[in-house]
Amino acid sequence: MELHAEILVIGGGSAGSVAAIKAKEAMPDRTIMLLEKANIRRSGAITMGMDGLNNAVMPGHAEPEDYVKEITLANDGIVNQRALLRYAQSSAEMVSELDSWGVKFQKTSTGEFDMKKVHHNGRYVLPMPEGYDLKKILCRKIRRVGVRVENRIMATRLLLDSGRVAGAMGFNTRTGEFVVIRAKAVILSCGACGRLGLPASGYLYGTYEMPTNAGDGYSMAFHAGAELTNLECFQINPLIKDYNGPACAYVAGPFGGHTVNAQGHRFIQCDYWSGQMMMEFYRELNSGKGPVYLKMNHLADETISEIERIMHTTERPSRGQFHAGRGKSYRTDMVEMHISEIGLCSGHSASGVWTNENGETTVPGLYAAGDMASIPHNYLLGAFTFGKICAQHAVEYAKRVSEPMVDPAQVESERDRVLRPLSQPGGFPHHQVEYKLRRMVNDYLQPPKLTTRMEIGLEHFIRAKADLNDMGARDPHELMRAMEVHFIRDCAEMAARASLNRTESRWGLYHFRVEYPVSDNTNWFVHQNLRRKADGTIEFIKRPVAPYVVPLEKGERDSYGRLRIEAPAAVAEAV
Amino acid sequence: MPQAIQHFDLPVVVDQDKCIEGCRVCVEVCPLDALAINPDTRKAYMARDECWYCTPCQVDCPANAVTVKIPYLLR
Ligand SMILES: Cc1cc2nc3c(=O)[nH]c(=O)nc-3n(C[C@H](O)[C@H](O)[C@H](O)COP(=O)(O)OP(=O)(O)OC[C@H]3O[C@@H](n4cnc5c(N)ncnc54)[C@H](O)[C@@H]3O)c2cc1C
Ligand code: SF4
Ligand code: SF4
Repeated sequence: MELHAEILVIGGGSAGSVAAIKAKEAMPDRTIMLLEKANIRRSGAITMGMDGLNNAVMPGHAEPEDYVKEITLANDGIVNQRALLRYAQSSAEMVSELDSWGVKFQKTSTGEFDMKKVHHNGRYVLPMPEGYDLKKILCRKIRRVGVRVENRIMATRLLLDSGRVAGAMGFNTRTGEFVVIRAKAVILSCGACGRLGLPASGYLYGTYEMPTNAGDGYSMAFHAGAELTNLECFQINPLIKDYNGPACAYVAGPFGGHTVNAQGHRFIQCDYWSGQMMMEFYRELNSGKGPVYLKMNHLADETISEIERIMHTTERPSRGQFHAGRGKSYRTDMVEMHISEIGLCSGHSASGVWTNENGETTVPGLYAAGDMASIPHNYLLGAFTFGKICAQHAVEYAKRVSEPMVDPAQVESERDRVLRPLSQPGGFPHHQVEYKLRRMVNDYLQPPKLTTRMEIGLEHFIRAKADLNDMGARDPHELMRAMEVHFIRDCAEMAARASLNRTESRWGLYHFRVEYPVSDNTNWFVHQNLRRKADGTIEFIKRPVAPYVVPLEKGERDSYGRLRIEAPAAVAEAV
Repeated sequence: MPQAIQHFDLPVVVDQDKCIEGCRVCVEVCPLDALAINPDTRKAYMARDECWYCTPCQVDCPANAVTVKIPYLLR
């Protein structure tokens, strides 16, 4: 099948939905196509909505500059402040727009947005206790503006025309039909690489991230020659043990819940997720004072009912069923927490396809937004906002350039690669290959990172290429899973190489190297970018951190390095 | 080629009496495409053990026929 669009958006989750809406609004007489491997009705991390925006920069509560500072500190200084500032200056307008589309945010009795403090310094959390309808609202808008939606098509590679993007290729995950889409500009919004590490439960799809997001966008951008950045800055989250979803301190915190050790003592000053926070969490787990818990059983009964009403209807609503199955209740028990598998995700940490303040990658015509783009700690509102920013710039770009040419040789070689597993249905089944690969990711890449261990891991990831070629698929669905294993393998190799190459420790637990336990600001105060060379090998580029637009004061620099509450009992009394 | 057949405890159960023939809602909304329609009965069932226990299939079913259990390995 051959299709054509002015602008092609790949991934109809949070970022992609808004990108497609905004592009179509700007180009009503052109085809704006939204390609989705699932069905946009319920696809992506917000399948059941979200209980809040983690990073809304709202007038009267925070200045954009405060937010830029906070995220700079939470990322040990390695940020593109221009991009953060662009987000911080645009996010309030995005909230108003979502509000006008019918998204329900928590408001005070006077009708103001009801902002809560969860971060170390500022106030950025906007609750959405009725956030379960997010996807319905976005879909309605997508239909109304007339975006052309193609569900159940998974993109596998981007098309290139003399260095610029020319569209994408993929296949229908139900019919197996190979699809070629020509487009002047492509916005990638495929979410995180959530199937990198294996969850402790051993269940392949029991991940923190929505498991449709297997690193597709990272891999496609890499093969198109785009730069990716800080892939050694893993995503590792503090979660409900085994259930593997947020506990969720962001919801419980403003009601008086908090994280404690087995003795019931607080050990971190703030529950905002950062590498530094995860390091303290990891230390506590392994200190003899673990496990770590979310404590709510000191709260009033009606407060707990309110927390339950939110946590058991939106984001990960099956939480309540999980607790009930184990005979636990927020009223009487603390929630046992654990460390998630590793992943790549800028939504929560800082590893992604390198994008600037316009959402542009280093490949002309290729844009990226959301969890897979490099804007750190971008979360849900960042996905929406950068979806919109990408659309604005992609529209301008598409108006300027001529139609690209599709290279038949590229199409032929991709068709062969993609359809191969169907021609050998007796080959290795996808779930066995994936399990082994991700088990190796756990064994060899999980921090603390050891050089020799990562080198052995890298050998395994390279050797896995042979197994990937020998995978079989008995139907198009299995083909989808098999091609996802290719994305996961690419991400594992990139994560291993990037981790080995950065010979220092940074971002707390995310990049904690045993042989290089401290940060080396002389040599490594840089973004570490990588890209694919023409011969298929990986090259590294050190990109200097651009001069700050929001300078840090001397005393502020270390504030995220001082998250630990050293004498729990004494401090608990003081606050 | 002979194939081994293994039994799995599947997280999603569809009440075959309640499921409406020809409906397909749960099959369409599932992000993992883990559900399918049995061509003989024209009712939905879980076809793959690939579930994020996210619950759209259950919430969107017009007949209240779907139950999402926490997958056994996590339970
Ligand atoms: C459990 C959980 C809780 C969270 N809680 C919060 C919170 O409370 N507050 C907050 O602000 N943020 C939260 N986040 C983060 C936030 O949800 C994400 O940052 C945001 O939704 C990311 O949007 P996205 O568009 O990048 O990815 P998604 O919304 O996941 O969309 C990616 C889409 O791409 C599709 N896709 C992937 N690969 C392909 C391919 N090859 N071809 C076609 N389509 C493809 C997927 O099916 C999916 O629809 C949470 C995330 C998770 C997982
Ligand atoms: S949504 Fe409910 S009624 Fe419809 S096919 Fe699924 S189980 Fe049957
Ligand atoms: S719970 Fe989610 S992943 Fe599992 S079958 Fe239902 S919709 Fe699909």
